[in-house]
Amino acid sequence: MTKRKMFFRMITASLVRRRSRMLVALLAIAVGATILSGLVTIYYDVPRQMGAEFRNYGANMILLPEGSGAFDNAEVDAALSKIPAASVVGVAPYRYESVTINEQPIVAAGTHMDGARAASPYWYIDGEWPAASGELLLGKEIAEKLSTKLGAELNVRYALTEEDEDHSDLFVKENSRKMIVAGILETGGSEEEYIYMAMEDLEALTESAGELDVAELSVSGSQAELQGYADSINASLDGVTARLVKRVTQSESTVLTKLQALVLLVTVIVLALTMICVATTMTAVVTERRREIGLRKALGASDASIIWEFMGEGLLLGLVGGLLGACLGFAFAQAVSVNVFSNSIAFRPLLLPITIIVSILVTGLACILPVRSATDIDPALVLKGE
Amino acid sequence: MSLLELKDVSKIYGDLHALDKINLKVDTGEWVAIMGPSGSGKSTMMNIIGCMDKPTSGEVLLDGVDISRESAKSLTRIRRDKIGLIFQQFHLVNYLTAVENVMMAQYYHSVPDEKEALRALARVGLADRAKHLPSQLSGGEQQRVCIARALINYPELLLADEPTGNLDEANENVVLDIFSQLHKEGTTLVVVTHDPEVAEVAQRTVTLGHGKIISDKLNEGFKE
Ligand SMILES: Nc1ncnc2c1ncn2[C@@H]1O[C@H](COP(=O)(O)OP(=O)(O)OP(=O)(O)O)[C@@H](O)[C@H]1O
Ligand SMILES: [Mg+2]
Repeated sequence: MTKRKMFFRMITASLVRRRSRMLVALLAIAVGATILSGLVTIYYDVPRQMGAEFRNYGANMILLPEGSGAFDNAEVDAALSKIPAASVVGVAPYRYESVTINEQPIVAAGTHMDGARAASPYWYIDGEWPAASGELLLGKEIAEKLSTKLGAELNVRYALTEEDEDHSDLFVKENSRKMIVAGILETGGSEEEYIYMAMEDLEALTESAGELDVAELSVSGSQAELQGYADSINASLDGVTARLVKRVTQSESTVLTKLQALVLLVTVIVLALTMICVATTMTAVVTERRREIGLRKALGASDASIIWEFMGEGLLLGLVGGLLGACLGFAFAQAVSVNVFSNSIAFRPLLLPITIIVSILVTGLACILPVRSATDIDPALVLKGE
Repeated sequence: MSLLELKDVSKIYGDLHALDKINLKVDTGEWVAIMGPSGSGKSTMMNIIGCMDKPTSGEVLLDGVDISRESAKSLTRIRRDKIGLIFQQFHLVNYLTAVENVMMAQYYHSVPDEKEALRALARVGLADRAKHLPSQLSGGEQQRVCIARALINYPELLLADEPTGNLDEANENVVLDIFSQLHKEGTTLVVVTHDPEVAEVAQRTVTLGHGKIISDKLNEGFKE
């Protein structure tokens, strides 16, 4: 057996056979590493998620009907003609109607899915965007209220009042249509309170075409250019008002910077706490094992080999704790990301070695003082009776 | 030439002379028992001979080298290479098995060799206890593991401080039989003891009192 094999046999025996003692230190390292890898993941992914796309291409202008005139595709097209076609990133017309599903009143929005997708790139869809007629996108709250899952079939009912043939009486007619849940929408905002379907489906259900409630536009351009487009629409078109949605770029990026600083601070504090915990445990371990250290010295162990054996134990703990923490940290970041930002994150392979290396460094640093004190132990005193 | 020679060795703690101008020679292959009342300086002397402590004054020659002048680092090396230690309290590493405890001494000395460690355990009658942890061994068995460990590197000098102090009569006899065997093979043994029966089986008995040697005589009853 080589010396190295014996070295590992000794340190693993120490960790495995004295596990209750080392578990505390391992736990501290694992928690530290979890928070480290979790927060670092969030640190890098949050800005990406809230992202450039969202800030630059999200809906930033809305068109609303003005006066009593009809507001339909023609008005929207007229308004769009005031904006250079190349600047229009996406147009999402919306029409809202009350429908019922499973006897529950729900607001259904008809839209053009491609336009909605372009105007609201930050929407997080669990499943797929509806692609065909008869498919639905459910806001998350609605999905929870109806306790429906992806792929479920829902019966969407719409009640319309009609006059009978001789115009003497009103009666209620009910249209219904079976539709499939293609996706569930998570935005963290009020969008989750609606269901979305293709405009054509809503028109078929309500037996009426053309009416719109609002249109959301994503237009690229400076604040001044946007204001110019809005002004010219408002000046030249009667039935439409154009309003700018204030972009939050500025405040958003300050918030991000502050958030990142906070994350960094928390990480540093957690690592410091981990270090204190590991140092305390190692000090206790060294005290507890004074006799053993004295014995090893009596058997001819040099200071260097004592240092390496204890460091070896510490570093092995750092390795295992770091590995554990890297995995838990990813799960933690994923959970935060999905729940808070409605977005899943990709695993960063680089984070695994980084977390492990940082854990090992932190543990190593924490072990230095306690382990140094181990070399001061005098074999004669320790072995003397008691 | 003597293996070990103490010349005017004193160890002074404050105004207490734990050892007071001790002169002693031990030849290669000798079996010496050190006796004396509690506090007479037996352990102090063992620690100095075992390179774990330095005398306040005097010379300690081990194999012709004056260990009272060596640095802590070379004392560690000399202890590792030349001395086997056995203690009253056994002192095994509690999370290592019997064979691993023996291999630890090999590890610090040169290279661990599990087969050889197992042979050493077999020699002290513990072949079937090799994979047990110290907590799973009786006191006598633990002390035998310590003996196997002390012997594994073929030390020139085996030092034992009260090796049978914590053992019952049966186990004491097992240990003494092993010592006797070692003596026949030519190992030099210095054994500290309170117990006249343990001292009797040695070749020679040195008695300490108040840090001084008060008697040094060959045992008549000694059987080669
Ligand atoms: N580190 C120390 N500091 C101060 N005094 C010490 C120290 N070590 C030993 N002494 C004293 O030196 C004297 C001799 O101690 P030593 O341990 O050698 O006795 P001993 O003969 O081994 O006794 P016992 O049979 O009880 O083991 C004692 O009076 C003890 O109190
Ligand atoms: Mg003593």
